[in-house]
Amino acid sequence: MSDHEYTPKSKAGKWFNDRLPLLTLANHLTDYPTPKNLNYWWTFGGILTFCLITQIITGLTLAMHYIAHADMAFDSVEHIMRDVNYGWLIRYIHANGASMFFLAVYIHIFRSLFYGSYKAPREIIWIIGIVIYLLMMAAAFMGYVLPWGQMSFWGATVITNLFSAIPLVGEGIVTWLWGGYSVDNPTLTRFFTLHYLIPFLILGLVVLHIWALHVPGNNNPIGIDVKKPSKDTVPFHPYIVIKDGFALLMFMIVFAFFVFYTPNILGHADNYIEANPLVTPAHIVPEWYLLPFYAILRSVPDKLLGVIAMLSAIFILAALPWLDTSKIRSAVFRPLYKQFYWILVADVLVLGYMGAMPAEGLYLLIARVATAYYFLHFLVILPVLGFKEKTLPIPLSITEPVLGGTPNLAAAKNKESFKA
Amino acid sequence: MSEKKPKRREFLFTATYAIGVVGAGVVAWPLIDQMNPDASVKALASTEVDLSSVKPGNTITIMWRGKPVFIRRRTPDEIAEARAVNVKELIDPESDEERVKNPEWLVMIGVCTHLGCVPLNDKGDYNGWFCPCHGSHYDISGRIRKGPAPTNMEIPKYEFVNANTIKIG
Repeated sequence: MSDHEYTPKSKAGKWFNDRLPLLTLANHLTDYPTPKNLNYWWTFGGILTFCLITQIITGLTLAMHYIAHADMAFDSVEHIMRDVNYGWLIRYIHANGASMFFLAVYIHIFRSLFYGSYKAPREIIWIIGIVIYLLMMAAAFMGYVLPWGQMSFWGATVITNLFSAIPLVGEGIVTWLWGGYSVDNPTLTRFFTLHYLIPFLILGLVVLHIWALHVPGNNNPIGIDVKKPSKDTVPFHPYIVIKDGFALLMFMIVFAFFVFYTPNILGHADNYIEANPLVTPAHIVPEWYLLPFYAILRSVPDKLLGVIAMLSAIFILAALPWLDTSKIRSAVFRPLYKQFYWILVADVLVLGYMGAMPAEGLYLLIARVATAYYFLHFLVILPVLGFKEKTLPIPLSITEPVLGGTPNLAAAKNKESFKA
Repeated sequence: MSEKKPKRREFLFTATYAIGVVGAGVVAWPLIDQMNPDASVKALASTEVDLSSVKPGNTITIMWRGKPVFIRRRTPDEIAEARAVNVKELIDPESDEERVKNPEWLVMIGVCTHLGCVPLNDKGDYNGWFCPCHGSHYDISGRIRKGPAPTNMEIPKYEFVNANTIKIG
């Protein structure tokens, strides 16, 4: 993994490292050469790791008090809120933590889209990331079912019913998912089990995600290949660790604001009503982070096609490295792509807004246009743009633009000797 | 060596893999099937309902297998309305006669065939039901008329035990 041989200084360390090279791994992680021009958009990987750990720790503690049974789940959540010591805090961190997790992952994904981080040789990192994102959605959805409120119940009903759109076997699959003829206790207990399992699957995939990242190394804002280690890189520790740490603190301020000042603003009041299989709430809306896909689902008038469109909107991302035909990674040097990028950002935000509005009239029309544009962006604009766009000249190194075109040999030499 | 030997090996390998796959499948099946409805869920398969208190033009909702079942006592006007529709124009063509055993009583599973919400009584553009989730309109026979739902609301298996009692399931 590391570009250079590492030998622990102490005899005991060497003895251990010869048998299990954990110290070599630790050394690789601290010395890992990182492009020196990484901006704050690159701090979200660390922030996401923090989010995952937070969700796992708060989730484990909640599971000590929660009861996964249709008759008791709702009351056990209220028990956590009222009786358990700091239960309110742990639950609010967990519930808002899901939103913070998605906020961070969307920034992380859109950073990747802007700087072309999904392109060769980083396709596998990207695809693992999409799988993590899918698992996150599954975990979030099942977690939302556990309090067994009205939104929990009807959200579970609507989402599991998506599978009934599959021809022939759809109904059988839905019955199998439910363990009955409607969402009920068997559904709740299995969702609890899977909700408990998925974060650990994500954790495993995060290790692969980082492993795959450490093979080619980080992309960077100007999107060029960087020689490592060189004057264009800095060691991960302390430079990136400190920068990530600072960004994490800023992020935690936002997180704490939601937890302490407005812990329910991202939820739905209906979920404080216990699940009732006979009454559907007037307005079923998923959590904010699923709204764009919900809008796509609703904008197609056919059930099966609607489900296909919604799933395609996610899976199309996995094909992105091949749909984007441009060899230039960073949007900084792609004047046209940069504009289309921001249109896509706006398009997704519009879809999200339409997903929260009733599917009728003007809302429905706008949602349809936005859905069409979403697919147009990936299936037409990106492939064509790679051939048509006149890109700007890219610098040869990260140092070049800073030092005015000609590499400053003296400075470079200094850096080199510092590294060695 | 002779040319036969590697072929024999390949065959043995392939046969071993095949048995392995079958074995894995056999072991996996109980783990998959345990998620299907269990015996206690299936045991709740039928329920009897007393209809004597339902007035014409009213709908009652009862629970059957965890799902709401709508039982509507239709007025003569409503029956006439349901039967005046040109079946060929429907999204899911089905005549009212096919959907009821006794025209006065419409018995159907009160679940929207789109994504499973419970439609609201006496709402929508067709004087029947309206699903608030994604805007499907059903007529007074429970047939889909407008919106994303693909089929009419499902009719459960039921029979009249006597004039005032039906057994669902």
